[in-house]
Amino acid sequence: MSKQYETVIGLEVHVELATKTKIFCGCSTEFGGAPNTHTCPVCTGMPGSLPVLNKQVVEYAMAVGLATNCTITQFNKFDRKNYFYPDNPQNYQISQLYLPICRDGGIEIDTPAGKKTIGIHEIHMEEDAGKLIHDEWEDCSLVDYNRSGVPLIEIVSEPDMRSADEVIAYLEKLRLIIQYLGASDCKLNEGSMRADVNLSVREVGASEFGTRTEMKNLNSFKAIARAIEGERARQIELLEEGKQVIQETRRWDDNKEYSYAMRSKEDAQDYRYFPDPDLVPVIISDEWLNEVKAKQPELQAEKKERYKKEFDIPEYDIDIITGSKHMADIFEETISLGANPKKVSNWLMVETMRLLKEHEMEPEDIKFSATNLAKLIQLTDEKAINSTVAKEVFEQIFNEDIDPVAYVEEKGLKTVNDEGALRSTIEQVIANNPQSVEDYKSGKKKAIGFLVGQTMKEMKGKADPSMINQILVELLQ
Amino acid sequence: MANIISDETIEYVGILAKLELSEEEKEQAKKDMGSMLDYIDMLNQLDTSEVEPMSHVFSVNNVFREDVVTNGDDREDIIKNAPAQKEGSFKVPKTVD
Amino acid sequence: MNLMSLTAVELGKKIKAKEVTVLEATKAALAAIEERESKYNCYVTVDKEGALKRAEEVQKLIDQGELTGPLAGVPVAIKDNMCTKDMLTTCSSKILSNFKPTYSAEAVVNLEKAGAVIIGKTNMDEFAMGSTTETSYYGETKNPWNEERVPGGSSGGSCAAVAAEECSYALGSDTGGSIRQPSSFCGVTGIKPTYGTVSRYGLIAYGSSLDQIGPVAKDVTDCATILEAISSYDKKDSTSVKREDYDFTSALVDDVKGMRIGIPTDYFIDGLDSEVKEAVLQAANTLKEKGAIVEEFELGLVEYAIPAYYVIASAEASSNLSRFDGVKYGYRTESFDGLHNMYKKTRSEGFGAEVKRRIMLGSFVLSSGYYDAYYLKALRTKALIKKEFDKAFEKYDVILGPVAPTTAPKLGDSLSDPIKMYLGDIYTIAVNLAGLPGMSVPCGTDSKGLPIGLQLIGDCFQEKKIIQAAYSFEQTRTYKRPLN
Repeated sequence: MSKQYETVIGLEVHVELATKTKIFCGCSTEFGGAPNTHTCPVCTGMPGSLPVLNKQVVEYAMAVGLATNCTITQFNKFDRKNYFYPDNPQNYQISQLYLPICRDGGIEIDTPAGKKTIGIHEIHMEEDAGKLIHDEWEDCSLVDYNRSGVPLIEIVSEPDMRSADEVIAYLEKLRLIIQYLGASDCKLNEGSMRADVNLSVREVGASEFGTRTEMKNLNSFKAIARAIEGERARQIELLEEGKQVIQETRRWDDNKEYSYAMRSKEDAQDYRYFPDPDLVPVIISDEWLNEVKAKQPELQAEKKERYKKEFDIPEYDIDIITGSKHMADIFEETISLGANPKKVSNWLMVETMRLLKEHEMEPEDIKFSATNLAKLIQLTDEKAINSTVAKEVFEQIFNEDIDPVAYVEEKGLKTVNDEGALRSTIEQVIANNPQSVEDYKSGKKKAIGFLVGQTMKEMKGKADPSMINQILVELLQ
Repeated sequence: MANIISDETIEYVGILAKLELSEEEKEQAKKDMGSMLDYIDMLNQLDTSEVEPMSHVFSVNNVFREDVVTNGDDREDIIKNAPAQKEGSFKVPKTVD
Repeated sequence: MNLMSLTAVELGKKIKAKEVTVLEATKAALAAIEERESKYNCYVTVDKEGALKRAEEVQKLIDQGELTGPLAGVPVAIKDNMCTKDMLTTCSSKILSNFKPTYSAEAVVNLEKAGAVIIGKTNMDEFAMGSTTETSYYGETKNPWNEERVPGGSSGGSCAAVAAEECSYALGSDTGGSIRQPSSFCGVTGIKPTYGTVSRYGLIAYGSSLDQIGPVAKDVTDCATILEAISSYDKKDSTSVKREDYDFTSALVDDVKGMRIGIPTDYFIDGLDSEVKEAVLQAANTLKEKGAIVEEFELGLVEYAIPAYYVIASAEASSNLSRFDGVKYGYRTESFDGLHNMYKKTRSEGFGAEVKRRIMLGSFVLSSGYYDAYYLKALRTKALIKKEFDKAFEKYDVILGPVAPTTAPKLGDSLSDPIKMYLGDIYTIAVNLAGLPGMSVPCGTDSKGLPIGLQLIGDCFQEKKIIQAAYSFEQTRTYKRPLN
């Protein structure tokens, strides 16, 4: 009988913080921009330049630590991690090894077997590296330091996960918390959230962990899931062949669905950490800690509770809406503009979800504004457009965030409220469809649907169906 | 000499420090490092078990910047000292993936 | 009138009084360089055109009444490890042989605000690592008192330039004695301020926790005036200390009555030259005669400062100097095979032997398995040394001693035995470890005619006490020039 294996996974998650400026200089963190246009002597490692810490970085790190039940380190230091690579302009990265800002936390995830807590070993602050672009024409690489010095927190979990599903659940939960805090947008595809997977396997029932490998370059949940499966299989195969797993860093190639060892002779992995003499300690007083605690925004659980109290909408809808900070923001803002909560919820739950699915988008990718959704709802409330038209207009809002009032005006989609004109159109429809009229009069009440449709067609869709119905019933009496 | 520095150690430190020493330099470096470490070992005469390591002499702490953009686009200046550049980027030998 | 034999403050007064124009002063400095530089090699770069242009600008600002300070229009030389915008800044290294910074060091900016005319950049030990200015890629500097002797280091170029009157004053930097020891060897006055007093922004780091910029000049008045100009709280340097007392010239008072001066008996050990010892004790006696209370005491841990320093400074240096890699600025090797080979060849060709020695040592003491035994041990020793000074300053206002065990050695004598050279820093190094202010004041010459320096050490932020003691002592002497 073949052996049963258990996968043991811990994650190192890097999150780019949503500060306006870099961690140690006043350069913008804005994404994109021509190479090296967001740089200065500090973030390009010019001789003589010195780092000065961005206070907001500390506050975001504290906020994440508090939201993930960590203990906040009140005496903090920064250390230098020394290694040579061109994306690292000083050839050392300023990070925290000895005194990370948060320790000993954890978050709860849902698994098929119930709730499970994933421990967080530590969270530390550090700077991001620049970007290397490989030049195909010249067989060289080009260095862009725009990302160099963008603030990161690294969230190191305990080896508490046992499957790809748990990993994804943990990441989704972590992402939601950080998004709720406004500490990062956590976009895997833009690299503002990145996960390195530490994975080992062991026989079921074994008490010791196996030798682990670290996998880098995972930029989607799907890639993470595939990498976990791939690495698990690779390690089991080695063990089955009686070989050893080597502790090493591997790079996942998602196209080939295979990981490669990144070791080289020049890569000694001896980072010679020591406290950065250019930076002074960060001391977090009880007072400061309490201030940050008091400023903590409402997280998902609290929001759910509040929605239940304030809005008369199904719990399922509340779960979906609060499952994305961005969606919840749109929901609340639309309501604050005067829209009925039930109607807002309806637009989000039905049409928005349908279009997201159709475009293979995440709720975070929603581009439309609450203002335009509120205007649309107002147009329907005023019966200025009917529901068919409204859906058509909403699609435009979803795609291009158009102003529905101007759009309806421009395209002439307004419902005709002139009863006289409608009445004469209906009279015409009755005259042209004697068969349907007869069916109706003979008791086939459904026949009225056909007549409504014919009227709507004549009105080019710009009529209120209930009004048509009312007039038809009256005329057919 | 109490500290004998091996060839492997010199080789290893060379990798860490990105220095490539000639055979002659290596021999000299082994000697120099050995005698420096012998000298430094003098510190072991001191009982420091009750002493906290002191990185900063003064208790200056919590020096911060506010999160306000102060730098504009200085690319031309930043890149002008580069030994090799291309299209506004620093040019380096191909890095392996 | 020889403008270059004036002190900086004297020359500044004449410029202010319109007896001398800034252009005349600048030209006098350039002429002195023209005449003597081939002999002494004080400079790596002389910026003749820039200085002449700047002289006219400064004159205009003085005429318009916008520059009124004591240093307006006075020519200065800057040690070549401080960034000067668009002016070559090499650290006396091949690896920065073509580097022109895009900004100026804060200390330099402060001097410019005071109306300084920068004449050029002075020679130094490569990356400030050395005690002789012989490790410069651009050739050694010679001591103006005796061309067969070293000027000391690492600010040897700055001190020699002041002694040789190739500038009116200079800036140096001091990590383990690099202002005080060459000041002593060259017979000039220099101050290493309390750590955090002068911004390190733009100073190319050697040992970040130890480095401080300070003045080098002919006398105490100049030094206090220059220090007042360059000191500032700088938000760009996190280790900068906000102080209320930058008015160092207020301490230029000839009075030491009741001042408590301690002389560490453990400074008077084997290896201290008897003539140096005698001159220093004579100076102590002079201060006593002027009313100071002079006592001997045991400082303790004196011999442990050097090993602790070499661990800390080398460790920091190994990291600080890793940015010199041929990617962003400076020298890159001509042919290479791949990235890591480029790094190794660039750095091996770009750095000199002493720099490589310290980078290797620093990398080793930080490497896996040795960090606690060496680096943390050194930081603990530093804490103990600081405590010894704290105890001493409970009793004394000033600690007095020699700057160096000997006067200037012959060229070529020191580099053959690094440890012997390191031992020469025994009196200066602990001051950096403890972050204290210290200064060197000339106190005589030996039988070979070489200058001897007196070191005055103050408690943190007590520059004024050592300035006052030095000023009072100076009133009993006349400035001796090496030139005839």
